[in-house]
Amino acid sequence: MRAPLSWIRELTPVEAAPADIAEALNQLGLEVEAIDEPGRDINGVVVARILDVVPHPDADRIRLADVEYGDGDQLRVVCGAPNIEAGMVVPFARIGARLPGDFTIERRKIRGVVSEGMLCSARELGLGDDHSGILALAPDAPLGTDVREVLGLDDVVFDLSITPNRPDAMGIAGIARELAAHFGLPFSISEHEPERLADELDGARVVVEAPDRCPRFVALVARVTMGESPAWMQRRLTLAGMRPISNVVDVTNYVMLERCRPLHAFDLGRLAGRGIVVRLAGPGETMTTLDGVERTLTGDDLLICDGERAPQAIAGIMGGAAAEVSGTTTEILLESAYFDAAGIAKSSKRLGLRSEASARFERGIDPNGAATGAMRAMELLAEVAAAQPAAAAIDVYPTPIDRARIAVRTTRVNQVLGTTLSETDVAAYLAPLGIEVAGGTATAPTFRPDVEREIDIIEEVARRIGLDNITRTVPSNPEKVGALHPHQRDRRTIVDVLVGAGYDEAYTLPLLAPDDLERAGAATDAVIEVENPLRAEESILRPALLPGVLRAVAFNAAHGESDVALFEAGTVFDAPESGGPLPTERLHVAFARSHELLLRPHDADRAVTVFDATAVLEALMGELRIADWRLDGAALPGLHPGRGARVVVDGELAGTIGEVAPAVVSALDAKGPIVACELDVDRLLAARRAERRARPVSRFPASNIDLAFVVDERVPAAALLATLVEAGGDVLERARLFDVFRSETLGPGKVSLAFALRFRAVDRTLTDEEVGARRRRCIEAVVSAHGAELRG
Amino acid sequence: MNAAELVTRAETIARDGVEACTGAGSLDELDDIERRLLGKSSPLNEIREGIKTVDGADRAAVGKAVSAARAALEAAGTERRAALEAAALETAATRDRLDLTLGGRDYVRGHLHPVTRIWRELEDVFVGLGYRIAEGPEVELDWYNFEALNFPPGHPARAMQDTLYVRLGQPEEVLLRTHTSPVQVRVMESQRPPIYIVAPGRVFRRDTLDARHSPVFHQIEGLAVDEGITLGDLLGTIEAFIHALFGADIRTRFLPSFFPFTEPSVEFAMSCVFCRGEGCTVCSRTGWIELGGAGMVDPNVFRAVDIDPERYTGFAFGFGIDRLVQLLYGVDHVKNLWDGDVRFARQF
Repeated sequence: MRAPLSWIRELTPVEAAPADIAEALNQLGLEVEAIDEPGRDINGVVVARILDVVPHPDADRIRLADVEYGDGDQLRVVCGAPNIEAGMVVPFARIGARLPGDFTIERRKIRGVVSEGMLCSARELGLGDDHSGILALAPDAPLGTDVREVLGLDDVVFDLSITPNRPDAMGIAGIARELAAHFGLPFSISEHEPERLADELDGARVVVEAPDRCPRFVALVARVTMGESPAWMQRRLTLAGMRPISNVVDVTNYVMLERCRPLHAFDLGRLAGRGIVVRLAGPGETMTTLDGVERTLTGDDLLICDGERAPQAIAGIMGGAAAEVSGTTTEILLESAYFDAAGIAKSSKRLGLRSEASARFERGIDPNGAATGAMRAMELLAEVAAAQPAAAAIDVYPTPIDRARIAVRTTRVNQVLGTTLSETDVAAYLAPLGIEVAGGTATAPTFRPDVEREIDIIEEVARRIGLDNITRTVPSNPEKVGALHPHQRDRRTIVDVLVGAGYDEAYTLPLLAPDDLERAGAATDAVIEVENPLRAEESILRPALLPGVLRAVAFNAAHGESDVALFEAGTVFDAPESGGPLPTERLHVAFARSHELLLRPHDADRAVTVFDATAVLEALMGELRIADWRLDGAALPGLHPGRGARVVVDGELAGTIGEVAPAVVSALDAKGPIVACELDVDRLLAARRAERRARPVSRFPASNIDLAFVVDERVPAAALLATLVEAGGDVLERARLFDVFRSETLGPGKVSLAFALRFRAVDRTLTDEEVGARRRRCIEAVVSAHGAELRG
Repeated sequence: MNAAELVTRAETIARDGVEACTGAGSLDELDDIERRLLGKSSPLNEIREGIKTVDGADRAAVGKAVSAARAALEAAGTERRAALEAAALETAATRDRLDLTLGGRDYVRGHLHPVTRIWRELEDVFVGLGYRIAEGPEVELDWYNFEALNFPPGHPARAMQDTLYVRLGQPEEVLLRTHTSPVQVRVMESQRPPIYIVAPGRVFRRDTLDARHSPVFHQIEGLAVDEGITLGDLLGTIEAFIHALFGADIRTRFLPSFFPFTEPSVEFAMSCVFCRGEGCTVCSRTGWIELGGAGMVDPNVFRAVDIDPERYTGFAFGFGIDRLVQLLYGVDHVKNLWDGDVRFARQF
């Protein structure tokens, strides 16, 4: 909403500086997005009259004009415009004047003649594109006056962002009323009700078939003389951001801007049946709106039709071409209606059609301003279109809407705001807004449909007090204690372990393309689709993190990064499990590393291996103290068939880890090898955890024993280790795999695994016999459990 | 040997030995010399053994000579050792020198995403103010995202939020939450006052990822419901967290606004942290940085979750995390937050 200050001042005598007014508007909740001063760049341009025009001695196209601007002196200027003639009143830029574009007028010779200034076109004053000639000012404009005054360019325009609850502020009157209240100034606006009502005006009738959607319809009829509206009206409309069209249309727009009262003028001569029928559209009915688009309607759209039921406008949104006023119009029917706000909002949204009128109707305008608004328009039409109105008005208003009466408890006001007001204070604050408070009841004006409950009244009080004047406190309940939930702490831990392991945290979009899943080798069935995506790339909800993380890895490879370690923790989405349509959301974490570890200058660079990933996984599981987890080697989708494993926690699948399948690497246009892991964090956090409990640390000497076993290479090393740990019992302090070895001597399919065992008791030095017994027990256990052979 | 001979002998040993120590070319050589001169079977020890053979009256003189010789040898050894060690150190400084600026071996740290950094900072500040962290689903029912928050169907405020819907349930029943406010409703449904929570989380809008927009971003929502909560408490709480995050000299500004689920509603801004309110490009020369919206919980919202609005009052607030990240870290391109580019990640 653009509000020219001059217009506001017509309704309330606010004299504060524009910056202070802007601050006040902000404080009132009418947010100022910009302050425009259209005349700011013009200086030193005055109204002048051309006394005489003579030819230039040395040029055909340019002439010399003698001008005066009030002080009796004559100046001669050189001018190339074709339209100048003696007697014309024009904008005259004196020597030293400044024009838009930082252009300063200097005395200069043009083809040998000195020009003492310049006559200006509209474009030179920043008033549009017209440069065909010098701008003609009103013949009675006082000579010597600053042209900004004459053209209304001395105005300041507040560009306001109006919240959806404030239809009243979509009119200058609403804004002026707020400022009047704020500055303690009077506010007044002309309100004339029609003197007489009639059912028929010059043979025109109005039938409202859908009173729920159109509770009020006021019609006035008048003979008019079409033409342009006067300069002052055009100027105001332009400043407010609307294009002047014709005197009649301009008046309807003027009243809309002035008091948030959208009007529509029909050419009565072109309204078949000389009447109006307000009805709902038939399903599939079509109508062509003023913008030339044929609209297909539904039974929820409200139409303004002519007397023969042919659609002439989509109510409150946009008119049609058929009965539009035009240069040949001689008789108009002026519609001033009140439509149900939600109905307009719905139609406007469905049709994708918004207009200045619909933006107001959908907020809910004042039903009781319909007649006075129409009368205001007629008053203006009399002035600018020689309107001769019929002597009465049609007013279809079967169920008048009354002002809201709201119970207001001063105690409640104080309870919510933390204030200590009396009812008198409350009443005094609200009176300038048109809200009357007496005896515990507030009566709100119908131009404020947002004020209907006690809390609405309280909000108005808060606005009037000013938020800056409310004492700032903090809640004092001593029982509130802040803390992260243990799971929230664990999630931070997971992220911190990965960062500590050298992984950079990435955020990838949770919206993917089906292609992303295919490329990553993930299943594409049963994914959850977005109903209204803007593009295919963001059309499904991710069922896993790795497709996005791998895409980011590939993105980095494309930028020449060879040592890339990324992780992401985030939500993934799966089909609804039970009860309700919401998908199953789980928190996952995924990490991936590609493709070369840069270890120079200390060591040679090397390719990343799957053990780079398992090391991180082990650290993660260790830090979370996951009590029971293992890796089950398996061929898994998207992973190298021989280099992948399920992560099993408490016997249940909790994730996967492995080397990304070469086919996936090439589909991603990345560089291999890439190793990756994805874990279900929710499952990890629900898992059984090892207790954090101190055990005594032994001070006795240790016995170190190495054992090497030859075993079938499909037996997991972890299984051997687990057997050793069990057989070693509580005196086995540590067991570590330190060598893996294959050779022809061992035979095909065989591997030698060597373990370093350290035995130590907490309370004594172990004897050779004890250690020997333990050693034998370990060997026997591994041999019998895994078909292993002790290697000499 | 008589006493005089023994004394002379000791003096000779001392003289020769001191010379040997001084001439030792290395610590190993010095070790050898010292072992030979001061060890169990050293000549000085032999003299000490020989003391028994001399007269009692002369014994003291011999003993004294042996002690003197021993002291001289030890002193010479210590002196030479210090000299040799100093020399060895000097050699080590050149021969065994390592350039520690080569860069560390085998360890690089990773980097938290900038949004995670600010996210945690916000959580920590609110935990400090006595709030717990609440969570809710990213895919929501229309009920929680709109209806229970007093956005009736067809309400113009719904048009303010361009919603992505999900193909589940009834048409337009399931959506990607457009704000973190539905968490308020879920918390109030499952918990009775007093409630003091913040809910950071991911939210969605129908937008395409480019330099300035993202279909996904992050917000943090706050909610306090208790007896006696006032608008003053809301304003003071917002001021408190802005002070905690940015310093006590940062000012806060509140302007009336409109949200369907709060009333009165406010927008809040802080004085620009870069120009201290003087006006700069970051704050578009206004001196203020707009942060978010807040207000007193609308009684209709309390009714939707069966909390008695007569007994309890409450406030709620919310603001964008990404914008703070962009502001504080100078991130110009939103896309950088989402493409996992390590060249970006490693700046933090």
